[in-house]
Amino acid sequence: MRFQRPTATTGWWSWATTVDHKRIGIMYGVTAIVFFVVGGSEALLMRLQLARPNGRILTAEAYNQLFTMHGLTMIFLVVMPLGAAFFNYMLPLLIGARDVAFPRLNAFSYWVFLFGGLFLYSSFLLGGAPSGGWFGYAPLSEQPSSHMIFYSLGLLVLGISSTVAAINFAVTIINLRAPGMSLMRMPVFVWMTLVVSFLLIFALPVLTIGLFELFFDLRFGTHFFDPNFGADPVLWQHLFWLFGHPEVYVLILPAMGIVSEVLPVFSRKPLFGYPVVVFSGIAIGFMGWGVWAHHMFAVGLGPVANSAFALSTMFIAVPTGVKIFNWMATLWGGDIRFKTPLLFSLGFIAMFIIGGLSGVTHAIVPSDYQQTDTYYIVAHFHYVLFGGAIFGLFSGIYYWWPKITGRMLSETIGKWHFWVMLIGFNVTFGPFHILGLQGMPRRIYQYAPNLGLNFWNMVSTIGSFMIALSLLIFFYNVVHTFRRGAVAGEDPWDGRTLEWSIPSPPPHYNFEELPVVHSVDDFWHRKYAEGEGGRLVPVVAGGSEADREVSTGDHGGGGHSIHMPSPSYFPLVAALGLPILCYGLIYSTILVIDGAVTLLVGLYGWAVEPSAE
Amino acid sequence: MTARSKAWLAVTAATGLTFLLSACGSSRPQDSLSPQGPEARKIDVLFKPVFWIAVGVFVLVEGLLVYALVRFRHKPGREVPAQVHGNRRLEIGWTILPTLLLAGIAVPTIGTIFSLAGKPAGNVLEVTVTGHQWWWQVEYPGLGVVTANEVHIPAGRPVYITLSSKDVIHSFWVPRLAGTQDLVPNRTNHLTIQADEPGVYLGQCKEFCGISHANMRFRVIAQTEDDFQAWARQQIQLPAPPGAEALAVMQQVGCGGCHTIGGVEGFGGIIGPDLTHFGGRTTFAGGMLENNEANLTEWFRDPQHVKPGNDMKIAPGGLPGPSGLSDDQIRALIVYLESLQ
Repeated sequence: MRFQRPTATTGWWSWATTVDHKRIGIMYGVTAIVFFVVGGSEALLMRLQLARPNGRILTAEAYNQLFTMHGLTMIFLVVMPLGAAFFNYMLPLLIGARDVAFPRLNAFSYWVFLFGGLFLYSSFLLGGAPSGGWFGYAPLSEQPSSHMIFYSLGLLVLGISSTVAAINFAVTIINLRAPGMSLMRMPVFVWMTLVVSFLLIFALPVLTIGLFELFFDLRFGTHFFDPNFGADPVLWQHLFWLFGHPEVYVLILPAMGIVSEVLPVFSRKPLFGYPVVVFSGIAIGFMGWGVWAHHMFAVGLGPVANSAFALSTMFIAVPTGVKIFNWMATLWGGDIRFKTPLLFSLGFIAMFIIGGLSGVTHAIVPSDYQQTDTYYIVAHFHYVLFGGAIFGLFSGIYYWWPKITGRMLSETIGKWHFWVMLIGFNVTFGPFHILGLQGMPRRIYQYAPNLGLNFWNMVSTIGSFMIALSLLIFFYNVVHTFRRGAVAGEDPWDGRTLEWSIPSPPPHYNFEELPVVHSVDDFWHRKYAEGEGGRLVPVVAGGSEADREVSTGDHGGGGHSIHMPSPSYFPLVAALGLPILCYGLIYSTILVIDGAVTLLVGLYGWAVEPSAE
Repeated sequence: MTARSKAWLAVTAATGLTFLLSACGSSRPQDSLSPQGPEARKIDVLFKPVFWIAVGVFVLVEGLLVYALVRFRHKPGREVPAQVHGNRRLEIGWTILPTLLLAGIAVPTIGTIFSLAGKPAGNVLEVTVTGHQWWWQVEYPGLGVVTANEVHIPAGRPVYITLSSKDVIHSFWVPRLAGTQDLVPNRTNHLTIQADEPGVYLGQCKEFCGISHANMRFRVIAQTEDDFQAWARQQIQLPAPPGAEALAVMQQVGCGGCHTIGGVEGFGGIIGPDLTHFGGRTTFAGGMLENNEANLTEWFRDPQHVKPGNDMKIAPGGLPGPSGLSDDQIRALIVYLESLQ
């Protein structure tokens, strides 16, 4: 049987069959932003409920479903996919490649992400969303009232998406770098992508085991986590956090990579201590495996275990702190231009310092006995995940928007977005430190009026609406400049890395001629030479074009003879099999067969379709 | 330092001070910053210096950041700056310095971890607390006392609590007296608490345990040694039997299937709290509500409405929903329950 590859280049079918990393990156980004609005709305509802004691906006059941879904959404459907959006779009451009190693696998990982997210959210209409918390501790997760079956299957599906994407990026970085780009000449963002990929490849299987065991307990009557049959529910916590802690580095390292790209461009100086920044990222990746039980200090592991994890947790602050100092040294002595991408990176640094310091206080185990499961912890992770990751990702959005769309976002509106978001963020989450230390536990749908918690809860709620306003400002910026924004050109920021050497938006083959790389920040060094004492001397304009080496045998001639991977619809078909299979596992064996057949047809077609048309 | 960065520092300091000052105040009965017992003080004595060190680091690092942004901002006519790639000495320095600082903090941290673990010395009172969704079963094995949701202790003596759970993971947290430990089914954990002075100390479940987790609260009531002994003696007395009206209501609803009332035949249930001395407790419904007639009336009208998801389903047929009990029936019940001192 002969399958023809689809050929559409415009219209919705071309998006459904695309294997172009740039389009996949855009789809990841748009989907993630939609989920950001959904997760943010869940947060606003929770803040309305908690604005006053004994709130009556939400029932207990509704609140518990909302906080569970808010956590799952922000982690798995927003921050991770936004990272993936940048990995997808920028990675090949940063390493001088034309696409990722496995373009159809890339499309597959996006569709699985989309379907996994939709599957998880369909639970609201099918008996109620999971309400056992994103961390799903047993035995509560196994009580029917927690409805965790969508949680177990949904995360398994999303895990498939992230695992194949991680493999794809790792292989791409290792194999497809442009000639001359050794590992120590890669942009820091690429290094962070590599570390994140390995973290995912090794961490997701641990979560998968836990989720399978949970699913089997829920659906087939096994007893992996059931204390009535002698199981120790703490086993779930070990499995979950062995994944969960590396996961938080998966969430933050992409943003750290973006900051490492943005700061040098807007200070007009190289990244201070490139090797140290790279090695700190790698060190964080390794050390992140040794700290998981700091989420379990009050479970009763004993003083020896608690001490060991206290130490490992304290010392992981060292490479993190080193990065902050290296970033500050990059700014020091620079010629700082306060464009919006830089503002968000500066916001990252300022907020991450706070989140990092509160994290160190949690490592002080006896203090953690007071802090754990209170709003003090909620403050910490929102400072690192929102103040850190989200601000860093917005920095990337503003920085690379011109490259992706060919137009500039408005600087004025961008600055409004930044300041309203920064202030709103601090008004929302700053008080959480106080509330936690003053006795407010987490995950409570209401609190008593006599605990002295009323004032800061009200303040926090007001702040949350400021954040919502800032996001509206961002959307206004996008809409306002979509057709009217200034044309960006190839290199609007006087950038340092290879993506600024090609048109905006890039042609679908990216590079007409694959570059040959001679150093870190190779593009910058084609524009400027470093004289004595590090002083810059612009390279003569004509000279840069003529002297630029290109790899032989790849002359695009305007791109017409560059062969790019053909589109395919089989990744979409295969991905579709997964949610059908999952609904089948919950409701009906026929759907299981249907889903499995769809998946197998998709994989078979993928394997045998012709490679080129 | 320019006027502008001075202004920044002033703003930061003022904001920080506002935050810190708001932390004071005894109107926050669950705050962990006002320890009222030695176990909580061990934590406080470790946390406060670390917190101030963190504040110092914050001021220093953020201050340097702001200073750099102000001093090195772009000014027209400025040429491209020197392309500095790194400074080995500086990078080694700012790796070693935080490491040493953390090592310094690690030593008392580990000391305190061990100090808080293990059975205390002295005239220790032993208590067991078993977590249920969403109430606390409290027993004094040495004294033969069984109660719920209130932990009476003698002030000035260490109390060694053995913690476990009948269903899901809970967490016992009375911040003025101690940090928290989890109650895990199939495991026993331990927590030492001690109050300096007699008083009422509020606590709450800290590990998400289901729909009414927010409503799972308790009180530690510290008393003088004499008052505590008197209380313990009272707890093992049997109360007077119920009157006919109250008994009729309780048999109609089936209270004895879930609750124990000492000395009353047919009332040996262990699913809900022991009610033998209910009248003497300051709260009910898992520490959620003050023990008074108005709250009890609302409770008996529809327990699910007050505390969602709880096991007390007393609508006809043992279902959740309005109980259908008349006001007279409810009054009779309340009079009897309050007599259980």
